[in-house]
Amino acid sequence: MSLVRLEKRPAPSRLFSGLTPLMAVIATMVAGGILFAFLGFDPLVAIRTIFWDPLFDPQFGPYSRPQLLVKAGPLILIATGLALGFRAGIWNIGAEGQYIMGAVVGAGVGLAFYPSESPLIFPLMVVSGALGGWAWAMIPAILKTRFGTNEILVSLMLVYVAENILASVSSGLLRNPEGRGFPGSRNLARDYPAASNPELIAGTGMHWGVVAAFIVVILTYVLMTRHRMGYSIRLAGEAPRAARFAGVSPARLILFCLGTAGALAGLAGLFEVTGPAGQITIDFNTGYGFTAIIVAFLGRLHPVGILLAGLLMALTYIGGELAQLMLGMPAAAIQLFQGMLLFFLLAMDVFANYRIRIGNPEVAK
Amino acid sequence: MKLVTKLMTGAALAVGLAGAAHAESHGGDPVKAGFIYVGPVGDGGWTYEHDQARQAVEEEFGDAVETVYQESVPEGADAERAITQMALSGADIIFTTSFGYMDPTIAVAEKFPDVKFEHATGYKTADNVSTYSARFYEGRAVQGTIAGELTESNIIGYIGSFPIPEVIRGINAAYIHAKKVNPDVEFKIVWAYTWFDPAKEADAATALIEQGADVILQHTDSTAPQAAAQEAGNVYTFGQASDMAEYAPKPRVSSIIDNWAPYYIDRVKAVMDGTWESQSVWQGIGDGMVEIGEITDAVPEDVKADALAIKESIASGEYHPFTGPLNKQDGTPWLAEGEVADDATLAEMLFYVEGIEGEIPN
Repeated sequence: MSLVRLEKRPAPSRLFSGLTPLMAVIATMVAGGILFAFLGFDPLVAIRTIFWDPLFDPQFGPYSRPQLLVKAGPLILIATGLALGFRAGIWNIGAEGQYIMGAVVGAGVGLAFYPSESPLIFPLMVVSGALGGWAWAMIPAILKTRFGTNEILVSLMLVYVAENILASVSSGLLRNPEGRGFPGSRNLARDYPAASNPELIAGTGMHWGVVAAFIVVILTYVLMTRHRMGYSIRLAGEAPRAARFAGVSPARLILFCLGTAGALAGLAGLFEVTGPAGQITIDFNTGYGFTAIIVAFLGRLHPVGILLAGLLMALTYIGGELAQLMLGMPAAAIQLFQGMLLFFLLAMDVFANYRIRIGNPEVAK
Repeated sequence: MKLVTKLMTGAALAVGLAGAAHAESHGGDPVKAGFIYVGPVGDGGWTYEHDQARQAVEEEFGDAVETVYQESVPEGADAERAITQMALSGADIIFTTSFGYMDPTIAVAEKFPDVKFEHATGYKTADNVSTYSARFYEGRAVQGTIAGELTESNIIGYIGSFPIPEVIRGINAAYIHAKKVNPDVEFKIVWAYTWFDPAKEADAATALIEQGADVILQHTDSTAPQAAAQEAGNVYTFGQASDMAEYAPKPRVSSIIDNWAPYYIDRVKAVMDGTWESQSVWQGIGDGMVEIGEITDAVPEDVKADALAIKESIASGEYHPFTGPLNKQDGTPWLAEGEVADDATLAEMLFYVEGIEGEIPN
């Protein structure tokens, strides 16, 4: 008889579901602090540099605060879409590929009109970007509904296909003809105003992608709480059999969830390539599509939670960069620190799903 | 759009002024030199050599200089932020050490007119942005000579990173000189589409060895191909970017070493003296930016002598690795007898010379 036991809760604790992300962050700070101390850094200074300085340091804050939005925007956009599917038990792991294809298709459409100055170009690119991501996500969706293939594998494999397409168009189809033979498209943000996605208000970091992220968070919230589709998604995830009896079509759900996630990832790619990144290059994708999976779970698959989780993730990125710059911390230590965050979040779920009992069960009764 | 442009200029100006104020407040303090790296400092290749040079700058100037670096910075949006933060932290000169940092470097340089920027391997300069690169192809000529004489299967494998002019120049230079000493030589080229990915590089090396290659040249930065060659047995390799001496005397029989230290010391000194000016340099063996690592005893004496002779003639400027007669792959004449390639053509080289099989992927 052990003294500490886990007892399964009849239903996950709402209190702990809300609290565990916070507990995970605190546990990450403690474990991260110990790691930093072992590496020879003052743990308090390190934690302050990561979590405090990007927001409030007088030297960096004014620049870093807007950058939080720039970094969080695509994460929130992608994670919100992924969370729809995750709640319904549909596992799209290939958002990175959908993100790439949105950028490639959107930028391709824009570049086809170079150097036109028509104000219609950017909206057209936005639509094309969403379509590009949507179409890429439709591949695993249709393969699943038609042939029952596993969407996890197919969507993931398509990331590698997308990366190869990206490499190909960077050095071929979309290559900048004035780029002296180097791979990479024209710089949309710098050299093609009609196709650029600049800061809407200078110094805020707010570009169309960030605006879109906020709008999508609100729309998804409404969808999940007020709309029949939101109800179907929740039902399918929580009680698949009941969902079938209630007339929810699994195929429609798969097409909707994968399609929406793909379109949102495509949008994120388009806003990134026209704004912060500026151009299609071989290394255009930096892992937003994968990080967004962490963000979705960190945010409890809830739109508002994802908004906060996206901002927190962005903070660890930018704070991590500052820790490298100011303290000379190795990049690997920062990545380890971010990995801990997900680990602790999953580990803390124990508290949401189980009660901890101390003492002998017979005595406790 | 006009309004947006105005707003952006305003913002740039505001940040610029902040930068200026900052630079001035640094008056008597040590000069701060920042480095942005594309890989980890322990990659054993490209980034490792840049970091060695950073340490050389610290050794040279002691307390008069402070260096900072950020490693594994992705090219693109993240690079612009990393460079901006480095400028905000008070750096006086920033070395951005990968081609993909070109536009971000130019963008940040516009906002910080008083900070000096040095961009490696690019072609865009500004009043406060210089570019620098090395004539690695000179080293490839030496490698090609050794490789052509060493190979017994007459198949030389080449691991390309990306099909860009710099890499294609290297392939051409190596091929021309291998062919010169061994008319039967054949090149097999594999594109890894990465600068640093040990797993992919190892796969590429293994594939080449399976196709019969007994000498492997690489334009990627990890030591994985060396390890694959060692395992396979009778295969020769060359260190890339860094000496990779841990694989000597065999499989690694020589190497091309990027030596950035003299240039970095020189440029930091120029900032200290207030003599820094924007420039664009492309230095080779003669200037010491490209070094040939020790040719080991696994190479026969006469081959070694040939290799050293060609190295000397390139260093002295007596011989140019791209000297005619040379035809392009499709047979069209490129350089006439005795004619030497000009830098502009070399900078944009996107064709193979005659004799190399296969197409440059796009």
